[in-house]
Amino acid sequence: MSVLLSARGLRLAFGGVKAADGIDLDVHEGEFLAIIGPNGAGKTTFINMATGYLKPQGGSIAFRGRPILGLPPRRLVGMGIGRSFQLPQLFAEHTVLQNVAIAIASRDGIWSAVAPLMRGPVRREAGEWLERFGLSSVAETRADALNEGARKLADIAMAVALRPALVLMDEPTSGVAAADKMAIVETLVRVLRDAGVTAVFVEHDMDVVARFADRVAVWSQGRIAALGPPETVLADPEVRRNVIGTVLDGVAHAAA
Amino acid sequence: MSGARTLAAGLAAALLVVALAWAVPWLRFVLTVATAKGIAVLGILLLLRAGQVSFGHAMYLAIAAYTAAFLAPRIPDAALLLPVAVGLSAAVGLVVGLFVMRYRDIFFGMLNLALSMVFYSLLEKLYSITHGTDGIRLPPLTFAGATLSVEAQSWAVLLSALVLALVAGAAVRVYWSSPLGEALAGIKTREQRLDFLGVPPRLVLLAAYVISAALAGIGGFILAMATRQVTPALAYWTTSGELVFIAVLGGAGSVFGAFLGAAAYELTRVYAAAFVADAWQMILGSVLLLVILFAPGGIWGIGQRLLGRRAAGPGAAATAGEGGP
Repeated sequence: MSVLLSARGLRLAFGGVKAADGIDLDVHEGEFLAIIGPNGAGKTTFINMATGYLKPQGGSIAFRGRPILGLPPRRLVGMGIGRSFQLPQLFAEHTVLQNVAIAIASRDGIWSAVAPLMRGPVRREAGEWLERFGLSSVAETRADALNEGARKLADIAMAVALRPALVLMDEPTSGVAAADKMAIVETLVRVLRDAGVTAVFVEHDMDVVARFADRVAVWSQGRIAALGPPETVLADPEVRRNVIGTVLDGVAHAAA
Repeated sequence: MSGARTLAAGLAAALLVVALAWAVPWLRFVLTVATAKGIAVLGILLLLRAGQVSFGHAMYLAIAAYTAAFLAPRIPDAALLLPVAVGLSAAVGLVVGLFVMRYRDIFFGMLNLALSMVFYSLLEKLYSITHGTDGIRLPPLTFAGATLSVEAQSWAVLLSALVLALVAGAAVRVYWSSPLGEALAGIKTREQRLDFLGVPPRLVLLAAYVISAALAGIGGFILAMATRQVTPALAYWTTSGELVFIAVLGGAGSVFGAFLGAAAYELTRVYAAAFVADAWQMILGSVLLLVILFAPGGIWGIGQRLLGRRAAGPGAAATAGEGGP
């Protein structure tokens, strides 16, 4: 499998906190790579660096062999890197259908002030994406009136509608009702596989990781503490004690 | 409203204006000024769609008006002078826009204000060029080659204004529902997402800014033709404020609101000035206060609510006020 995204020695500190302290990671084409680790380990920082939102203070990062360090998000989008957000970034006053249509128009060229956005192929394609994501019933709902699960999916739908080669998702299931979680992830994985998208996703739910990730990267204090297939990594006593233990504790506290 | 119905409504409104101007001759000038300001307010509405308010758009009004005054002796035909004057407003809008696009909200508004006041003081101080506060008098223009009497000329200005208003209104409506127009609205709610969709938000806003400068230019050109006298007051900050005032008064979400607001503003000003000489600002202020408190959709919103109530019964009234064309 060819390497899609390649990070070497990424370093970034906020004040004295090392959010990235020498990150080396290769993302292979076609894989689903899960990032786990306690809060503050630098998981979101990695996504922000890989999508051009934050510039690392050191190291290099390449996409399909081309260095992308320092390029702004919109250039990386053009190269095929998409992302979704922990807090969904939707156009609040637009409907879900319009949100996805704006993404499609952005991909195909937003610079038209003549033909209406919501007509013809763009509208049709937006409807198809919503169908795949199971969002057809809320197509005409304003984005600020959605529940959290639908907001997450709509946010991801906008990223995937750009037809990226790689999508980085920051906690795609956080805030989603536990009962809906597996169904939503299943939908998501199916859509991404159908679209042939490689995915990196930050996840706190070890069941989701075990079931859907091809590989797991364990983040700890700005470093990758372990990397490998979920059955190996999640069984590693060191990982269980240092990372999953704390996560499970967190879940236990939240549940209590 | 659908496109065809809206166009029909626009044509009907234009005919109504012509009928009024014919029946009440002294209204002809007032309605011409209102139409001119309505076109300029369309530009303010574009920026409002991105959540931005400019308190300096009178500058673009004045640029076109002064261009007309300076060039009228050499280019005496309105049809030739209009594109030159409006083009210059748009060009300055592009240059200024490249700079102000970096700012949002209060900084955007204040930067526009500051630049317009610099322009105002240049108009006032460079007496040898601009004749200061005396301003410049425009010679009578020809219309598509035809020399007209004073009476016919005032009609020609009003009719040109109405045609330009219809074209500008239709263009703005088309723009609003286009990809670029929807992206513009996205700047208001989630600008950063545009970056992650591969779209530079600053350029989206810049496009709207240049168009808004051109619309202000059209308004300024008509004002110059109607008053045949341009003075620095055109660029003063109160003129900019007036445009924002009209936008809110008329209803910030609709093309019709701009013109309804402008007509209400000018008529109130004329009548109030006639009846209570020094209190017309107070009356306008009170009207705006009432609109903001009780009818955030502006005059257009009130009209829509009334129409909705009549067409669909009381139940539909609550939702009819939202949105609009």
